[in-house]
Amino acid sequence: MPLLAQFVNLLAAFLLLLAFAMLSQRRVLTLIKLLAWQGAALALSTAIVAWSTGQTHLYWSALLTVLLKVILIPWVLHRLIDRLFVRWDVETLINIPTTMLIGIGLVIFAFALATPITQMATTLTRSTLGIALASVLLSFLMMIVRRKAVPQVIGFLAMENGLFFAATSATYGMPLVVELGVALDVLVGTFIFGIFFFHIREQFDSLDIRHMETLKED
Amino acid sequence: MNNGAGIAFQILQSVFVVLAAPLLVGWVNQCRAWLQNRSAPSILLPYYTLAKLFHKDAVIARDASPLFRVTPYVLFGCMWLAAGIVPVLATGLPFAPAADIIALVGVFALARMFSALAAMDIGTSFGGLGARREMLIGFLAEPAMLMTLFTAAFISGSTQLTTIVDTLAHRDFAIYPSLAFAAVAFLMVLLAENARIPIDNPTTHLELTMVHEAMILEYSARHLALIEWAVAIKLFAYMTIGIALFAPWGIASAGDWSALPYAFAVLAGKLALAGAGLALIETLLAKLRLFLAPEFLSSAFLLAVLGMLTHFLVQA
Repeated sequence: MPLLAQFVNLLAAFLLLLAFAMLSQRRVLTLIKLLAWQGAALALSTAIVAWSTGQTHLYWSALLTVLLKVILIPWVLHRLIDRLFVRWDVETLINIPTTMLIGIGLVIFAFALATPITQMATTLTRSTLGIALASVLLSFLMMIVRRKAVPQVIGFLAMENGLFFAATSATYGMPLVVELGVALDVLVGTFIFGIFFFHIREQFDSLDIRHMETLKED
Repeated sequence: MNNGAGIAFQILQSVFVVLAAPLLVGWVNQCRAWLQNRSAPSILLPYYTLAKLFHKDAVIARDASPLFRVTPYVLFGCMWLAAGIVPVLATGLPFAPAADIIALVGVFALARMFSALAAMDIGTSFGGLGARREMLIGFLAEPAMLMTLFTAAFISGSTQLTTIVDTLAHRDFAIYPSLAFAAVAFLMVLLAENARIPIDNPTTHLELTMVHEAMILEYSARHLALIEWAVAIKLFAYMTIGIALFAPWGIASAGDWSALPYAFAVLAGKLALAGAGLALIETLLAKLRLFLAPEFLSSAFLLAVLGMLTHFLVQA
């Protein structure tokens, strides 16, 4: 296996590790840092794939990833939690060791699912597809087990990272127009979520989304 | 390989580990003192402590059973055996086929069981408390340790530690994501098993937090010296297992006298780095609450399992 592909594999493993770190993290502030790290690993792996395959548009998407996911979105989230005063611990529905055991189950499921696809693919980095799938599922799990709104949004953004990684590893990336569109959507989504946070808190005096399950008469 | 030379290597390594282990502990303590801006004790302090303890008269509780007297010798013997099996200076030692990695974990478990039994033997509340905590940590750390070792075993296709080291040391350069996972997991297990900071504090005698110290509270004089020495050898053995799995370069093969000085120098350098790293970790981290220890160790287990899964997926 060429050294560059090995390096992409290493970064893929790092992404998976970060997904688990996010799943086990109790603090919102650290979650945002981990999200930025995930973006950085993603950008690096995209750049390596671009370099080893000569696909120039991947350079653009790597640059976009750095700007958006390493700098802009973490900064926006930082501002948000500063203004919402939600730096404290995250509440989870299930305790953390159990969540991680469920996470291992998900990883095994994703790997089993990806193996047949991997055998049909011809790309250099096909073996990382399972890892990308696993990090998507883990972000899903994180959105399910977290009670507060901010970690759920972070889970959503991490899921987008996983999808992006799946796209680069399986097909060398989508066309640039699509990627630009997705990146813009994510950015706009983050802003809308930010506005929603304030509305949720104004309505229920907390960011706990349990309150949204009960119906209001007025 | 010449049989006589192999045996000579085996004896050399076993004696070397036993003699050098307190030096490693001294080095870790010295590094920690520097990092904490204290004036460091002599690096030879563990030897002085051992000598002092061997010259004292032992005090043994009235109700102590023979088990209590035997345990220090069992501990020392187990650790010495482990030190003979791990390829510290050379691979292919005549003693190495005696136990593979699973048996090695068993040897450590035997030592743990004896120390827990001896702690409960006296019947003081501290002993029972320490023993229970130690068993809690032990039963969580062992699966993580085994998974870590299995990852390395899958890569090299053997559970013999000496074969694993031979394969890993003499391969072409390749990045193994699975080994990176396993290395982090192993580090966490090393901290837990050797009663180091996030799990246990080796310098405290505060009843709320101590684990290992609570177990050996009733020991004195030569018994205590043997236990302290065994603890030092255990730390040495764990560090050399880590070096053997994740940074095996420069190890000699048994009977090759010319490679020995180089192997010595490389080992000393790696151990100095590892000891300084351990001191750094202990300075930077705070001790976890006991009830967070399961979380810490289940993370280690998780990392080890992930390493193994990654090995199957990316074949590297």
